Amino acid sequence: MSLIATLARLEAVRAGHAQPAATVRHRHVAERPLVFVPLTTAGEAGAPLGALIGTDRDAPRLLAVPQPRDRDLRFAFLAELADVILPYIDSYADTVEAAERSETDPETGKRVKVEVELCADAPQLIVPSRAGIDFVRLLGRSMRFRRTAEQDPEAPHPAPPRVPLLGRWLTHFGERARVPGSSLLLALSEVLARHWTTGQSSLEDQHLGALLAWIAPPEGVSGAEAALRAELARDAAGQLECPPAGPATDPAFDNKLLAPAIERYDRARTALAAAEDGLEADDRLGALTAAEQHIRALVEQCTRPTWEKVWDGLDLLRTLPEGAHVAERWTRDRWSFTGHRDRVLAGEPPQPRRDDAVTAANKLATREREQARLDAQEALDDPLVMAGRRLAGEAFAGEVTDVAMAYSEGRRPSPRPLVTVRTDDRPHLGERARAYRSLGGKPQSAEFVGFAEDGAPEEGGPEAGGSLIVLRILDKMGRGKEPEAGSVPEKGDHLCFTLFEHEQRGGAKLPDPEQTPWTHGGPPGEESVRETPDPVTEEDVL
Amino acid sequence: MTAPAHPAREIPDSAAFDPGTAAARATEAILRDTLHGPHRGVVVDSPPGAGKSTLVVRAALELAEAGRPLMVVAQTNAQVDDLVVRLAEKNPELPVGRLHSSDTDPYDKALDDLPNVRKSAKAADLAGLDVVLSTAAKWAHVKVDEPWRHAIVDEAYQMRSDALLAVAGLFERALFVGDPGQLDPFSIVGGEQWAGLSYDPSASAVTTLLAHNPELPQHRLPVSWRLPASAAPLVSDAFYPYTPFRSGTGPGDRRLTFAVPSDGSGPDRVIDEAAESGWGLLELPARHTPRTDPEAVRAVAAVVARLLERGGAAVSERSPDPAPLAADRIAVGTAHRDQAAAVRAALADLGVTNVTVDTANRLQGREFDVTVVLHPLSGRPDATAFHLETGRLCVLASRHRHACIVICRAGVGELLDDHPSTEPVQLGVTVKFPDGWEANHAVLARLREHRVGWAP
Repeated sequence: MSLIATLARLEAVRAGHAQPAATVRHRHVAERPLVFVPLTTAGEAGAPLGALIGTDRDAPRLLAVPQPRDRDLRFAFLAELADVILPYIDSYADTVEAAERSETDPETGKRVKVEVELCADAPQLIVPSRAGIDFVRLLGRSMRFRRTAEQDPEAPHPAPPRVPLLGRWLTHFGERARVPGSSLLLALSEVLARHWTTGQSSLEDQHLGALLAWIAPPEGVSGAEAALRAELARDAAGQLECPPAGPATDPAFDNKLLAPAIERYDRARTALAAAEDGLEADDRLGALTAAEQHIRALVEQCTRPTWEKVWDGLDLLRTLPEGAHVAERWTRDRWSFTGHRDRVLAGEPPQPRRDDAVTAANKLATREREQARLDAQEALDDPLVMAGRRLAGEAFAGEVTDVAMAYSEGRRPSPRPLVTVRTDDRPHLGERARAYRSLGGKPQSAEFVGFAEDGAPEEGGPEAGGSLIVLRILDKMGRGKEPEAGSVPEKGDHLCFTLFEHEQRGGAKLPDPEQTPWTHGGPPGEESVRETPDPVTEEDVL
Repeated sequence: MTAPAHPAREIPDSAAFDPGTAAARATEAILRDTLHGPHRGVVVDSPPGAGKSTLVVRAALELAEAGRPLMVVAQTNAQVDDLVVRLAEKNPELPVGRLHSSDTDPYDKALDDLPNVRKSAKAADLAGLDVVLSTAAKWAHVKVDEPWRHAIVDEAYQMRSDALLAVAGLFERALFVGDPGQLDPFSIVGGEQWAGLSYDPSASAVTTLLAHNPELPQHRLPVSWRLPASAAPLVSDAFYPYTPFRSGTGPGDRRLTFAVPSDGSGPDRVIDEAAESGWGLLELPARHTPRTDPEAVRAVAAVVARLLERGGAAVSERSPDPAPLAADRIAVGTAHRDQAAAVRAALADLGVTNVTVDTANRLQGREFDVTVVLHPLSGRPDATAFHLETGRLCVLASRHRHACIVICRAGVGELLDDHPSTEPVQLGVTVKFPDGWEANHAVLARLREHRVGWAP
């Protein structure tokens, strides 16, 4: 935890409510996000119990699986889920704008510009917590290798038509969520914790109710009390007043309410199967429907508070103005969405179970680049984030006290002005360290020359009067002998220099998967490229 | 890390083991496999100061002599420059290419004085030279029609698997050299998704290489020429329990003496203890502190200042006459950059210059007479995976030729017992031994024997 984050937590404890950790919003929040509050059943991985889902706060769609171990009911749930999510995704697939992309020409091997489509906007899926993202990924994995009756008439337990397609999309959302700064699939508690610092541990911050209790405590109650209540308060029947955001449910709910309800449902179903005539069947169908309704009500009771909190959280996020670089990052999300749309349209097979060596390395490189980019952009967009970097010695701000013109040696001398900055910050400047400032949105680089007379950092900290840092400006001054107007800092300017780069260079190109070298097992064989459907196991036909 | 002339006198406690012969035998076997073996790769594990660079230079010269075009992959520009200089020292006639980036000051200016070293940012300019050296990052941008016959990959345990993937297409066969005990490569984003895959991109290059090519011959260098007889057994037991090594010198071969006698203060007493035994622990009172613990930082600076003030002199197999212990033969090692910055500032206050102060990551591969280490767990309320990492402690405890002085708050033993390592176990990942928790305890147990308590 950084020093500034520790400080903010201490302040939050003293103040009794969360402290801002950002002055702008660092993630894209769509106009019409699809909120998904899933629940899972204890005891079996990936057995959905139900969900609230929708784009309208006042009209969520309630889905429930009355017997979560019944595979037919599970497929019915997934089919319903597909009926909600896929039309939402499709509504973004058709509105496109023209864009350009560099591609390698297969014949000449040169990089050329190609006209392509880019979706004008992209869908956004919001889940309450990080565990929700893992659940989305798990659902995606469990569905994308299923076969429908249409794909394979021989399949013993065919999936409903659009379920494998939903699996591919959820897999894509889940994979994209691993890219730092992406917003296609967001866990609300993580986004909130990025923007507000509470007085509890980061582990406790994963509880959406407790987190919101710190950020917006009820009138007259401190954040700590409200958070404790959100975590622990139970009603007379022993049920949590603020059910966990899921997908896992509270054991007391499972034991006291859910298990008896499912048992009642099972009994009603067995009775219906044993009915001997129409009249008796009608009666028993009524009992079955009532049992099912009861389970639906339980699922709603458990998800509804979280549903409301997710929308509260989104409202809180919308009160912050969007950071300057957020749109640029959202554009990359749109590219990602468009790319997967095209792969689906082109009839490509589902994402493989495991990445091959080259794909894995490419993904890791992308994520590292995006992480560095995100760290830099958040600091540039937000003075509060920059303050944290300054405190960590990774940036410094101050007033220009002197500018002296100087030139580079060589045949064509270029301007290399020396700029002296007085700062109270204590950056970790090594010999000839690089520093960057933003000049019209582009980074201008400078080189650390040394500390000016009497300006070396003194023991005793900033109150000793700060230090005078001399920098040599290196670029962005035009081609002439005289620097372009406005390109050189002037005396009296207040500037902020970072020791980290503002933009990320692209990495080296890796070989194609077919060219995987011997050190990494050689090219993947045909059998590992062709993914077969998941085999039907005993658990599938319980 | 030069391998010195073999010590002339017999090591008393190991009449049967002659380090010079053992090291020579290992080197011969490595070169035989490299030059004439049937395998595409050869892996060499080298403990700290075992003559790894010497081996790389020698292998490069022999491969060049055998007429095999050779590329050398190192991890940092400093490592590449160092190898170029060593190659030119051994054979000034050899045509060597230094492939560098197009940044400003991409290489050490000392290379400009070497007549047979050609420098360029384009691989094509260096075509046909016997040996071309560069960093893995730069090699990754090189495209060739005809791969090199041979490559040497230096510091292969610090290279990430994905970096090897980017360059492995450039060569047919390779010699991989590195120290498995030092810091593992790391990634700034999580890679758990690929944990357990043989080609996990965030694993080390050697891990991936051996997972796919288990038949490759693995050698190791058996003798550390750097570590003194007082340090080699501890470092070997604590960090290389299954691949032990010996020191090249015997107990009496290295001596550290001081002209000015002790003034009885904590720093002086720990200096005397370390001069006598090779290890010293200056223990400050137990306390939870911020990372840049001002008392501990001042204690580090005080020890360094006294080392210099007291006129130290080092006797070793390299210089039988006492050589003065100068500032450039002393290093301070820390876990974090801000700690290093704080120590630098404290040293500047005392008027001490020229002492290397850096983090474990940046001290890798370097060698000094005396090191002063701020213990990674000193003053901490918890022990995280970062602070427990085996390699970090190994680097800090194995940079010295004479003595290592550790500055630490009391209570680290209890802290370790309160925080057993709790990293999740990943399926398919080979568990690395020893784990940092155990190695920390082993080192601490030894240091306690050389403890000097001090309340500044």
